[in-house]
Amino acid sequence: MQDKSAKTAEGVFFITGKDFANAGVASCELKSILEKMGVDRGIVRRASIAAFEAEMNVVIYTPAGMMRYKITPDYIKIVVEDVGPGIENIDLAMTEGYSTASDDIRSMGFGSGMGLPNIKRNTDELNILSIPGIGTTLEIVINIKKE
Amino acid sequence: MTLNEVKDILQAEVLTSNFDTDMHIELVCSTDLMSDVLAFSQSGDLLLTGLVDGAAVRTADIAHVKAIVFVRGKRPSKETVALAEEKKIPLLITKLSMFESCGRLYVKNLRSSINAG
Repeated sequence: MQDKSAKTAEGVFFITGKDFANAGVASCELKSILEKMGVDRGIVRRASIAAFEAEMNVVIYTPAGMMRYKITPDYIKIVVEDVGPGIENIDLAMTEGYSTASDDIRSMGFGSGMGLPNIKRNTDELNILSIPGIGTTLEIVINIKKE
Repeated sequence: MTLNEVKDILQAEVLTSNFDTDMHIELVCSTDLMSDVLAFSQSGDLLLTGLVDGAAVRTADIAHVKAIVFVRGKRPSKETVALAEEKKIPLLITKLSMFESCGRLYVKNLRSSINAG
């Protein structure tokens, strides 16, 4: 849908919780869109990793969520909202290695407590709004440096 | 080193049709933790893992990993192989352990893509 000449793009993906067969599909699609738009390879990697980690959190911990994205010549903005249990202590959740994932999740190679810290390290801006019992919204911004 | 040389060193079987024998391999990530691939690995060339589901392929795609070797003889599903074909990521399988696989590649001068320091 987006060709290489496109300057901006926006869209939304819906994410189903516990659907591990399709976990990561939205982020892979976003990566493909960024590549088609000719975004720098390093920036594509950072944005894709941040999106993937956020998507995996929705799949692992929540019943459902959605990922909205907006790509402009200056920045990539990704907003991931879910209707999950929320994060009780965001500071603790930002600690590398801290995880509430079950053994089942860990056996699939995820839930080692690197998700949120890894999102932060790959983004220029990360805002987390979480209300226990209601859900969580992550707002991610990655700047696209001009030549 | 080429992917074909990796195949020979690990006595590996090729699972996908998209096998580029001349693919250049220099940096290797060996882990069953996909989170670690995303968190610590540079854009590596090769992923050695015992995790055989689609998450490994999608993680490789996201992290710009070029090829995957499944260790310990663990065989992925047809769906995982099909996904790798779609993503143009060659899949190989070796009966060797992770330790043995890493050792064989290390002595041939391949190095880690993990930068945890």
